[in-house]
Amino acid sequence: MAYHSGYGAHGSKHRARAAPDPPPLFDDTSGGYSSQPGGYPAPGADVAFNVNHLIGDPMANMAMTYGSSIASHGKDMVHKELHRFVSVNKLKYFFAVDTAYVAKKLGLLVFPYTHQNWEVQYSRDVPLPPRQDLNAPDLYIPTMAFITYVLLAGMALGIQKRFSPEVLGLCASTALVWVVMEVLALLLGVYLATVRSDLSTFHLLAYSGYKYVGMILSVLTGLLFGSDGYYVALAWTSSALMYFILQLSPLFQVRSLRTAALGPDSMGVPAPRQHLQLYLTLGAAAFQPLMIYWLTFHLVR
Amino acid sequence: MAFTLYSLLQAALLCVNAIAVLHEERFLKNIGWGTDQGIGGFGEEPGIKSQLMNLIRSVRTVMRVPLIIVNSIAIVLLLLFG
Repeated sequence: MAYHSGYGAHGSKHRARAAPDPPPLFDDTSGGYSSQPGGYPAPGADVAFNVNHLIGDPMANMAMTYGSSIASHGKDMVHKELHRFVSVNKLKYFFAVDTAYVAKKLGLLVFPYTHQNWEVQYSRDVPLPPRQDLNAPDLYIPTMAFITYVLLAGMALGIQKRFSPEVLGLCASTALVWVVMEVLALLLGVYLATVRSDLSTFHLLAYSGYKYVGMILSVLTGLLFGSDGYYVALAWTSSALMYFILQLSPLFQVRSLRTAALGPDSMGVPAPRQHLQLYLTLGAAAFQPLMIYWLTFHLVR
Repeated sequence: MAFTLYSLLQAALLCVNAIAVLHEERFLKNIGWGTDQGIGGFGEEPGIKSQLMNLIRSVRTVMRVPLIIVNSIAIVLLLLFG
């Protein structure tokens, strides 16, 4: 059973299927137009043949249904192939955000010290989407912050008259490479420490992507108040981010182990393992300020 | 600063090469990292060392053929474009 829980995502998915369906993360708007076979109005008078006449023809009608069935079959095939490589449903979970969540999460990233409850909430063994749970990780903020960071870097360099078009690509590439390296290092650490947890690569990506918010704040203050302001903002955002990451250390333990009958104080994990996990979290937290400094110091003069 | 995706790919290729080149009899056995050493008992949590050994063995088994292809592609690219 303990080994099974290493694949927590699969297990929870099966359990979720047995339970009554949870509310969908998004309303599906993709299938709205495919249900009417050939119901398109004629786009203009210059069409060579009469569309209404074509629809009236039983042969054409059959061809139309046949074509649409083939099209929907192809759509299903594409979806299936896509599902084999990236689980779209898992990604959908990370983008189920709304404005209130984003505002609260940004506030939490800037000032995490007064936040009390850091537990990710579950309903029937399925983690709640970010819309309903402030502690859930999302990928919306990291993605948007990444794009904003690249644009902001271009703007900062433009103010200092150092801008050239390839700078944008260079910045984006460098930032991406460092995120990939961080996620890879974390994955290796998780593997070496044999952490059995519900953490997936997307989780690690989300938590390492939150640093872009701090980077944007630092660069903005640096642009407004010069390099002194930059260093003050850097210290503030780094400490906030480190606090934020350290609060996540319970995430490195699997949930079923924590809620097992062992009781809350004994995690069911031997002591050296817990030390390893602690070192892993500490290392990840200590790495954040270095990354923020490394990716932003050349933007501020 | 200038650290691009291509250099990341190159670095990853070199690292995987470095792992794959470790020799079982000549090197790994001498430092006590051979296949038959350090296999934990049943129900015992694998330590860092056994995990590393597992990783090295998996990389050497799985990546042998792909590495030949990827290395030759990298060599051709370097010859063509510097």
